[in-house]
Amino acid sequence: MVSPTGQALHDLTLHEMQDGLARRAFSAAELIRSIYDRIGAVEPAVRAFVALTRERAEAAAVKADRTLKAGGKGGAVPPLTGIPIGIKDNLCTAGVETACASKILKGFVPPYNATVVERLERLGMAMVGKTNMDEFAMGSSTENSAVAVTSNPWDTTRIPGGSSGGSAAAVAAGCAAAALGSDTGGSIRQPAALCGLVGLKPTYGRVSRYGLIAFASSLDQIGPLTKDVTDCAILLQAIAGHDPRDSTSASIDVPEYRAALGEPVGGLRLGVPKEYFVEGMDPEVERAVREAIRVYEKMGLAVREISLPHTRYAVAAYYLVATAEASSNLARYDGVKYGYRTAGASTLAEMYARSRAEGFGPEVKRRIMLGTYALSAGYYNAYYQKAQQVRTLLRRDFDGAFADVDLIVTPTTPTPAFRIGEKADDPLQMYLSDIFTISVNLAGIPALSMPCGVTRTNLPVGLQLLGKPFDEATLLRTAYAYERETEWHKRRAPVA
Amino acid sequence: MAQEKSAGRMTASSVTYEPVIGMEVHCQLSTKSKLFCGCSTAFGAPPNSQVCPVCAGLPGVLPVLNRRAVEMGVTAGLATGCSITPFSRFARKNYFYPDLPKGYQISQYELPICQHGALEITVNGATKRVRIRRIHLEEDAGKNLHEGIAEASHVDLNRAGVPLLEIVSEPELHSVDEAVAYLKTLRELVVHLGISDGNMEEGSFRCEPNLSLRPLGSTALGSRVEMKNINSFRFVQHAMEYEIVRQSKLLERGERVAQETRLWDPDRGVTATMRSKEEAHDYRYFPEPDLVPLQLPASFIEERRRALPELPAARRQRYRDVYGLSDYDAGVLTATPATAAFFEAALAEGARPKTASNWVTVELFGHLNKEGRAIEQSPVSAAQLAGLLALIDRGVVSTTLAKSVFEKMYRTGHDAPRVIEEEGLAQVSDAGELDRLLDEVCRRHAAEVEAYRQGKEKLFGFLVGQAMKASGGRANPAEINRLLKQRLTGGTGT
Repeated sequence: MVSPTGQALHDLTLHEMQDGLARRAFSAAELIRSIYDRIGAVEPAVRAFVALTRERAEAAAVKADRTLKAGGKGGAVPPLTGIPIGIKDNLCTAGVETACASKILKGFVPPYNATVVERLERLGMAMVGKTNMDEFAMGSSTENSAVAVTSNPWDTTRIPGGSSGGSAAAVAAGCAAAALGSDTGGSIRQPAALCGLVGLKPTYGRVSRYGLIAFASSLDQIGPLTKDVTDCAILLQAIAGHDPRDSTSASIDVPEYRAALGEPVGGLRLGVPKEYFVEGMDPEVERAVREAIRVYEKMGLAVREISLPHTRYAVAAYYLVATAEASSNLARYDGVKYGYRTAGASTLAEMYARSRAEGFGPEVKRRIMLGTYALSAGYYNAYYQKAQQVRTLLRRDFDGAFADVDLIVTPTTPTPAFRIGEKADDPLQMYLSDIFTISVNLAGIPALSMPCGVTRTNLPVGLQLLGKPFDEATLLRTAYAYERETEWHKRRAPVA
Repeated sequence: MAQEKSAGRMTASSVTYEPVIGMEVHCQLSTKSKLFCGCSTAFGAPPNSQVCPVCAGLPGVLPVLNRRAVEMGVTAGLATGCSITPFSRFARKNYFYPDLPKGYQISQYELPICQHGALEITVNGATKRVRIRRIHLEEDAGKNLHEGIAEASHVDLNRAGVPLLEIVSEPELHSVDEAVAYLKTLRELVVHLGISDGNMEEGSFRCEPNLSLRPLGSTALGSRVEMKNINSFRFVQHAMEYEIVRQSKLLERGERVAQETRLWDPDRGVTATMRSKEEAHDYRYFPEPDLVPLQLPASFIEERRRALPELPAARRQRYRDVYGLSDYDAGVLTATPATAAFFEAALAEGARPKTASNWVTVELFGHLNKEGRAIEQSPVSAAQLAGLLALIDRGVVSTTLAKSVFEKMYRTGHDAPRVIEEEGLAQVSDAGELDRLLDEVCRRHAAEVEAYRQGKEKLFGFLVGQAMKASGGRANPAEINRLLKQRLTGGTGT
């Protein structure tokens, strides 16, 4: 199925699908069918999903077509009516298995929807399926999934990034208009960069975490992975706002993101932190990012070098805070109430130990052990508490910088997508692929990654914009301004 | 079983030991819903009938703090003179157990909601101020069920997430009597404040004493033993008495007391090792990231302060000073809020304090205790009691007969006038009627009358008694006295 402009339906952006549905150029049923046709064609190579929810999506499409028909006669049409969206497997979906791509949660069917899922469905979403991820969102390549290894649609021998690699691959391959991911240390932005998408990690507290299966509670945030900035604004609008079920969600007004996209950006001050242009960075990545900065200069933004002096402590602090919280968050997977339980244990201690030993993958176990150690008596002050102090310093770095600039621009990742298996046996190298993204989570600020080029081998490069707390609107309109000057966002992954 | 009834210091051949006791109390708050979700806290429901995804610890759910529980925590702090922490936070206490669905308990650690208070207790007439180290909010765990299930244990999560207030004293109780007085006073306080039902059997008020011994005069602290599984004042007393004897024997033999947690076994009347210091959990406390820090504005605390009821100690003081009651009576009348309310309602109906106090503590409690009833279930209302006392004052019924009237009121729930009317118990003061009565008494006891006239004045009382008896107790004793004296001295009786 192709759109009137000759484009395949699955290649359209979310807002193009909105327009097409509203003009009745195609029906929601046709759209959903084209999505599943596309999935049928590319999923064997990409493996973006852990489960497809076709019946639920088709039911939503039927309802959407009724809504659209009524809309033609003046009825209200919610913005996501009939829009096919992928949901990361760590977001609870009522009646649909939600297992965080882990053996230990195999078979867990939540009796409730995550707040974000509830909101999207209320706005008309057709949920395509649950997307693959690194087990419990721990990883940067989606190789740590207990279900499958997802491939990058730009080069299926390469990883899509992670942990929201399934969400990124699904959108990049045209298997969903957009997807939700979660970002604890870069898990939305890094796969967005490696798959040529727009990915937003909102300010901590902007989006409810209710129903997001926790990895590191003080860092986790849900956000969109989309084909362009407009889609990102639409999806953020749908999920942002206070939720009484999440005490850490902020009671701060949510502006009209899409309406603000076209506002002028001339005069905005853009900071380039010297600590983010480090030795060892891929020269093609650096060239693409420097070029993007020049584009902004031409648009009239004031670019200046800034310093975020505590950046070099971020990775260490992150792997203490995140693992400490994870060691506690994952304690509930004990074989007692739901999920995997070992067979034939004769004592309680044995049942606990074996269920967890057999149910968790190696990276999750590694992080649980690290985190348990960091919180242990006698080590707490040296590790967890020190890491929290580093967070304060990082936040002050940003506060100081934002006194002088409106946004900060950096590369999203030091390299383009690496090959499957390339770093699988070297956790430290894997951890360093998040070097540019994790400060943002530790400081709680919002950040967006957008495509800003491709390498000679046609691998996407991501540009990261960092914003002031709760000022996603400025991030979005600055990103949108770049998008209007460039064509990178129009490139589609070559997978067929 | 070595259980000595000495409730204080232990004397060995050479050294006198002094117990050092600190008390940890877990008090269940009487909120309608749990600490972090909307589930009911009602006791005794079928297993797992009061459970939702939040208190069952399902993946992805988040806690939302119950405001009422915070109010109750602040109330407890204010009533014990604590400073209320304007910025406190919750922490996770991590350990594995099947009744702990999240693998951690949400509690408070570094910054509890209340700190540095005190509770005044009275032991053998002496008043002592026991300092309270901290009061904090936390959630309860569920319950493992083993009985009646073959080859399996089940878990009931109804109790998981129920709000508890943990109240920790400084280790400055130095006898079992002091420790028990502390517990009773504290329990009375939380019940009085309306923040807990204080029901020990249902686990609403759980005591965990920690106890060590040291040579009298020493200021060093010995190895501390914590005791658990104690669900009555009697058991807490027995457990501490047992522990004092056990520890002093060890010390006398020159052995060391192991720092450990011991379980009270009520069937055998002993404590036994539950876990040693080496086996103690490392709870890996850290701030709960799913909850924002608890910020209590001064206005919130002030509102709680204004809502505080009169505290038992202040009320006792007032009963002594204003009503002139004895320590004992003041204590009995303020033991529960309901008793004090009954007493004060009687006063509001015009009863005099001392009389009302006597009638409540002697007659009413006599009847209630016999039937094991609480004062809330008294068939005689405060107004009805005051009505009876007014009739005594007006001479309508004698004090003696009033007790029969009261008994009938207690049985029927009727007002005093109706009972007096129906039973014909009204006092007789009519001079004509009483004269006829005395005619009869003097005729029957002519010999005694004669002996009195000869100077055996002691017989006057005998004759009065006979007259009262003849009237069935209804005669007005003052009138009988007057008329008999008049008759026997032949004068006008003035």
